[in-house]
Amino acid sequence: MAEPPNKDGGGRRTVPDRTKTPGSVPAHRALPAAARALLALLMLGLFGGLAMAVLSLSEPAPGLAAAVAEHLAASGVDHPVTAVLLNFRGYDTLLEMVVLLLALVGVWSVGRARGCAGHAPGPLLRQLPRLLAPLMVLVAGYLLWVGAHAPGGAFQAGSLLGGVGILLCLSGQPLPRWADGPVLRLAALLGVAVFALLGVAVVLLPDGAPLAWPPALAKHLILTIELAAMLSIGVILAALFTGGRP
Amino acid sequence: MAALSLLDWALDGLLALLLLWLAWRTLSTPALFQAVVLFIGFGLVLALVWARLYALDVALAEMAIGAGVTGALLLAALVRLEPPIGRGRHPARDDEQDDNG
Repeated sequence: MAEPPNKDGGGRRTVPDRTKTPGSVPAHRALPAAARALLALLMLGLFGGLAMAVLSLSEPAPGLAAAVAEHLAASGVDHPVTAVLLNFRGYDTLLEMVVLLLALVGVWSVGRARGCAGHAPGPLLRQLPRLLAPLMVLVAGYLLWVGAHAPGGAFQAGSLLGGVGILLCLSGQPLPRWADGPVLRLAALLGVAVFALLGVAVVLLPDGAPLAWPPALAKHLILTIELAAMLSIGVILAALFTGGRP
Repeated sequence: MAALSLLDWALDGLLALLLLWLAWRTLSTPALFQAVVLFIGFGLVLALVWARLYALDVALAEMAIGAGVTGALLLAALVRLEPPIGRGRHPARDDEQDDNG
């Protein structure tokens, strides 16, 4: 905004500057020409190999689409992707949630959050979230609900919620006091906890197995898990953005 | 019909070339702030490519997580880098750079 006109505003103006900035990467001077030619040759070979591999794929691609379609009725949802993610391959999704949680634990163990904005937010950034945040929460709920029969689901909805958190953080809205301590940790844990507890609980049902949802209950179980997962993903992504323990 | 499929080919080819060009620019640009912005643009174009492949779930996830949240995380990481690397022209550092630039 208040930048001097000759600062590297355009795309290409940065190149003359890079000798001055100590940390910048001299992209085109890193390797001698021979090494670069060799590298290009290697990359070309790799590209050729990959292209050949892709072209030699059998058509139609072998896969489990037919098996999924066959058992879709027992999955509790009408959308094959959600059926695979939350039912047939629930283990993978559970472990993905654990990975997200571990990432948050890793970031929190490094240090405390320093706040999002390095400077006071302008009037636009202060006012915009008031309009956008409710709409984004609404869209997140829609994406979660529609995931049962169309593209959507907990991860997309959760990342929208995370976007709401990032937006609020950038606009300088403080987290309400009640949400700062144990509530935040509980919300981050909720997805993994609900998923794992329900996954273990169904063992108690007649001929139950871990994470094997009974068809009669599957729809409700999946929706419950997705709701918890959405909240946790949103909280975790927003908390990752703040970059430290609250 | 033939014209339609030609249009499809043109669109797909344009998307593929745009994707490759954005990937190249992202990796080769010396300014990290520009690289992050290019990465976000790359993610958005990649989401369009997924949509063209009828993988709408992946397109949504790429748009929200790949482009949106990852881009925001990269920008947040850029702000925390000390000293500012690669002429990062984010507003938080502008006053410092004005002194020596």
